[in-house]
Amino acid sequence: MLELEIDGKALQVEEGSTVIDAAHQAGIYIPHFCYHKKLSIAANCRMCLVQVEKAPKPLPACATPVANGMKVFTHSEMAVKAQKGVMEFLLINHPLDCPICDQGGECQLQDLAVGYGGGQSRYQEEKRVVVNKNLGPLINTDMTRCINCTRCVRFTQEIGGRMELGQAFRGDRAEIMPFLGNTVDSELSGNIIDLCPVGALTSKPFRFSARTWELARRQSVSPHDALGSNLIAQVKHDRVYRVLPFENEDINECWLSDKDRFSYEGLNSEERLTRPMIKQGGFWKEVEWNQALDYAAHALRDVAKEHGPAALGSLVSPHATLEEMYLAGKLMRGLGAENIDFRLRQSDFSGARAGAPWLGMRIGELSKLDRVLVVGAFLRKDQPLIAQRLRQAAKRGTQVSIVHATDDDQLMPVFGKLIAAPSQLPERLAQVVKAVAELKGASFDMKVTVSPEAKRIAESLVSGQDVGVLLGNFAQQHARAATLNWLAQQLAELLGCRFGFLGEAANSVGGYVANAIPGAGGLDSGRMLAEPRRAYLVLGADPELDCADGHQALAALNQAASVIVLSPFKSAMALEYADAILPIAPFAETSGTFVSTEGRVQSFQAVNRPLGETRPGWKVLRALGNVLQLDGFDQESSEVVREEILGGNGKPAPMDNLDNAISGVAVDLTAGSGTERVSDVPIYFADPLVRRAPSLQRTRDAAVPTARMNAATLAALGIAAGGRAKVSRGDTPIVLGVELDAAVPDHCVRIAAGHATTVNLGAMTGALKVEPA
Amino acid sequence: MGARDLIQTFSLGELRQGLAVTFRYLFAPKITIMYPEEKTPMSPRFRGLHALRRYPNGEERCIACKLCEAVCPAMAITIESAEREDGSRRTTRYDIDLTKCIFCGFCEEACPVDAIVETHILEYHGEVRGDLYYTKQMLLANGDRYEADIAKAREQDAKFR
Repeated sequence: MLELEIDGKALQVEEGSTVIDAAHQAGIYIPHFCYHKKLSIAANCRMCLVQVEKAPKPLPACATPVANGMKVFTHSEMAVKAQKGVMEFLLINHPLDCPICDQGGECQLQDLAVGYGGGQSRYQEEKRVVVNKNLGPLINTDMTRCINCTRCVRFTQEIGGRMELGQAFRGDRAEIMPFLGNTVDSELSGNIIDLCPVGALTSKPFRFSARTWELARRQSVSPHDALGSNLIAQVKHDRVYRVLPFENEDINECWLSDKDRFSYEGLNSEERLTRPMIKQGGFWKEVEWNQALDYAAHALRDVAKEHGPAALGSLVSPHATLEEMYLAGKLMRGLGAENIDFRLRQSDFSGARAGAPWLGMRIGELSKLDRVLVVGAFLRKDQPLIAQRLRQAAKRGTQVSIVHATDDDQLMPVFGKLIAAPSQLPERLAQVVKAVAELKGASFDMKVTVSPEAKRIAESLVSGQDVGVLLGNFAQQHARAATLNWLAQQLAELLGCRFGFLGEAANSVGGYVANAIPGAGGLDSGRMLAEPRRAYLVLGADPELDCADGHQALAALNQAASVIVLSPFKSAMALEYADAILPIAPFAETSGTFVSTEGRVQSFQAVNRPLGETRPGWKVLRALGNVLQLDGFDQESSEVVREEILGGNGKPAPMDNLDNAISGVAVDLTAGSGTERVSDVPIYFADPLVRRAPSLQRTRDAAVPTARMNAATLAALGIAAGGRAKVSRGDTPIVLGVELDAAVPDHCVRIAAGHATTVNLGAMTGALKVEPA
Repeated sequence: MGARDLIQTFSLGELRQGLAVTFRYLFAPKITIMYPEEKTPMSPRFRGLHALRRYPNGEERCIACKLCEAVCPAMAITIESAEREDGSRRTTRYDIDLTKCIFCGFCEEACPVDAIVETHILEYHGEVRGDLYYTKQMLLANGDRYEADIAKAREQDAKFR
C-alpha cells in the first residue's frame, strides 16, 4: 500500500494505482475526457492536469502513478491555471452548436466548460472543419466536434477486438476515421456512442428525437442473449426512445451489445399488433378481448375433447418471461397435455438431464479462467459480451481453444483450434477427450486417432489451474448435441474443471425452471412439429424462423386445425397459419423475470404502458386459464406467479437446481457425407424483436444470407464465387448468392438460419444439394 | 366646535375647496385614453402573444434545441423533434398552451436563435379552450404577420441585450 495526500486528504492506495484512481477513491473529482476506467491510458486530452509537490510542471493525473508520500493538489493555482488553459485549447476548434447537438445536456465538454472553462473565448481565427465519416447505420458522426480523446479508437481496438477506427494526420489536422471506405461493424459498436465525451459520435436511430432531460430512466433487463444485461430504457410519452447500459460489474460491466441497445426500435415496429384478431370464414377481424379469449379457449378445448389432449402442442419462445412460460405450461397441463417446449432451435433431445443446463460458473468467473475450450460457438455473434470477457482474458494470457465448424475470426488470440464439418465435431471433441485421458493416465475407450492439434489443446487444458469447457449455441443446436454434451462432460470430469453452456436466449435457463419442457409422455419441440398436432399454442415466437426446422414448422402449423398465437407482432406468416392472434406485451411493457445463463434471477417492471389493447402475456394466459375454468389461475400479479415458481428463491442469486450433467447418451462419432450445411443464426435474426429493428437490419451482420463455401468446395461443385447457386433439400430449391469464405471447412456450405429466404432449406444441419444456378 | 370652524362651515369653504379641484381637472389635459380607439405606448420588451420567426429567406429559425420547453415554468410548451429530409434538426411539433402560459418571457430569453418571441399582441381571444392552444403553424403565421413589428422591437432593445 502506498500513502499519499490529495488536497490535504491522506489516503492509502494499492501499488500501481494512478493519481486519478486514488482521487476517485477519495471522492475527489478530477476533470477528464480521454481517461476511462476500462480502457488503456492515453493521457492526450490533458484535462486532468494536477499539481504534484516537487514536480516542476503540472502532471496528468490519469498517467501518473502514485508514489509513496506524494502530495497532490487538484485546486491549487497551478492546477486551475492548467485546467483553464487546456479547456481554452479544447474549445478553440469545438463548434458552438450545442443547441443542435444531440449530446447537449449530457455532454462532458459542456459540463466541464462550465466548471473549468473561462467565461469568454479569446479565439478570433477560423475554426477547423472536419468532414463527417460514414460509420454505418447505427452511429452518426459530427467530426468537427471531435476533441481527439481517442476513446473510440481504444475501444474498438481493446474491447471490440478489431481496430475499426484510427487517428490520422497530426496536430490540428488530426482526425478520427475508419479505414478507407469501411464502417464500424463490431457487434459492440454502440458503446462508442456512450464513450464519446462530446457529440462527435451519436446514435443514428435516436438522432434529434429527444433531449436527455425529457426522458425518464427506467431499469430493465435485456431480453436477447442469455447474459441478462442490465439496461436503462429511456422513456417519454409511453415510448422507449433509447436504451443505455446500466452498469453491473458482474454481468455486462459498463457495456451493452448493439442487439440490446438498438432492438428497442422493434418495440415501435409497424408490425405491432394493437388489438386481438381472429380469423372468421377466412377473413381477419379485430375483436374485443373477451371474444378473442372465448375463441381461443374453445379452439383448444374442442381439439382436446375431440382428439385427446395429446393433439395439442405448445411452442414457447425462449425469450418469453419466466411467468409466461410457467403459465403456458400450467395451461397445457390443465388441459391434460404435456406437449410444451421452449427449446425451439434444439434438434437433439436424447439423453436424460439432471437439471437445467447453465454456465457452470458466474459470468465474472469467466474472466479468471486461464484455459478455456469453447465448443461449437459463434461466440462473437451469439454472446458478444461473453466473447468480450474471454477476449480480455486471452489478452492477459488465458489460452482459448476452439472446436467449431467454422474458422471465424474471434478477434482474440486463439491457442488451438479444431475446425471440422458439423458431423465431424463429436469426433474432434472426442480426440481432445482422448488426448486429455492419455495425459491424465485415465482410460477413455473410444476409437479415435488423436491429431497433433488435439494433443496440443489437451496439453494446454491439462496445464491450467482454472479451466473451463464451454458449449456454445451451435453445439446445443447440433444434430448430435447430446453426444457433444456427454463428451464435454467427460472432458470436464477428467480435468476436474468447470463446464458450462453459453445460453442461447434470455430465458434458456428459465425455461427449465418454469418447467416449459415436456413431462412424461410429452413431445419435445422437434417431435411436436415432425408429428403434426391438431392445435398449437404459440407464445412469443415466429416458429418458421425460431425453430430448428422452419420448413417443417410451417407445414405443421399450416395443417393444424387451429393455431393460437400470442405475440406482440402480426407477421405475414402468422396471418397465414394462425386462427387467432392475441397481442401480448414485449419486455418493455410487462413485468417479468429472466433467469440468465449464470442462474441469476432478474425481475423487472414494465417501463411503459402496453401499446393499444396489448396486455402482458402472463395476464392473457391467466385470463385464458380462467375462461377454460382451470384451477390455479388466480394470480393477482406477476410477482405472485414468480413466487409460485421459485418459492423463496426469488432473490437474485444462483438457483440450486442447475446441472449440466447428461446421461443415457448413445454416443455417435460417425462422419456425415455430402455437402453439409453449417448454419449460424445471425445476431440480428435471432429473435422476433431484433428482426423488426430497422436500423439493426441495415447493418452488415443482417445481410441477406448467402451460400458461403471455401475455394476447394466451390471448385469441386463447379460454382464461381460471386455467382449464384441452387440449394435444395428435398424438392424445394432456393437460389442464393455465393460467397467465398475460407473459414468454412471442406464439403460444407454455410447458410444462415432465421431468415425468410432460407426457411425452405429446413433443418439447420445435414446434407444439402448445391448446384450451379 | 370653535368659531373658526363655524365660519368655515357657513361660508361653504370646504365645498369650494373641493369644487376647485373638480374645476381644475375639468380644464386640465386628460390622461384617460379612449381604448380601443386610443392606445398607450408599449415597451419593446412587452410580452404578448407568441410567434415563431423565420429568417429573411423563409427558413424557420427554430432548431428544436428544446431549451424553451425546458425553461418554461408553466410547462406550456410541447416540442417534438426529428431530422428533416435535408438532415437538419427541426421540430415536428411546437405547441404552446396559452391557457397555461404565464407570459414570463423565459422562452424568448432561452432561445439561442431568436425563434420564439413574444409580440405586442395582447388582443386575442378564443371561444373555446382549444382556440388558445397554438400549434406550430399558428405560431409561424403569427411570426409572418408581425415580423416587421417584431424586428423593430428587437432592434430597439438590441443595445440592452
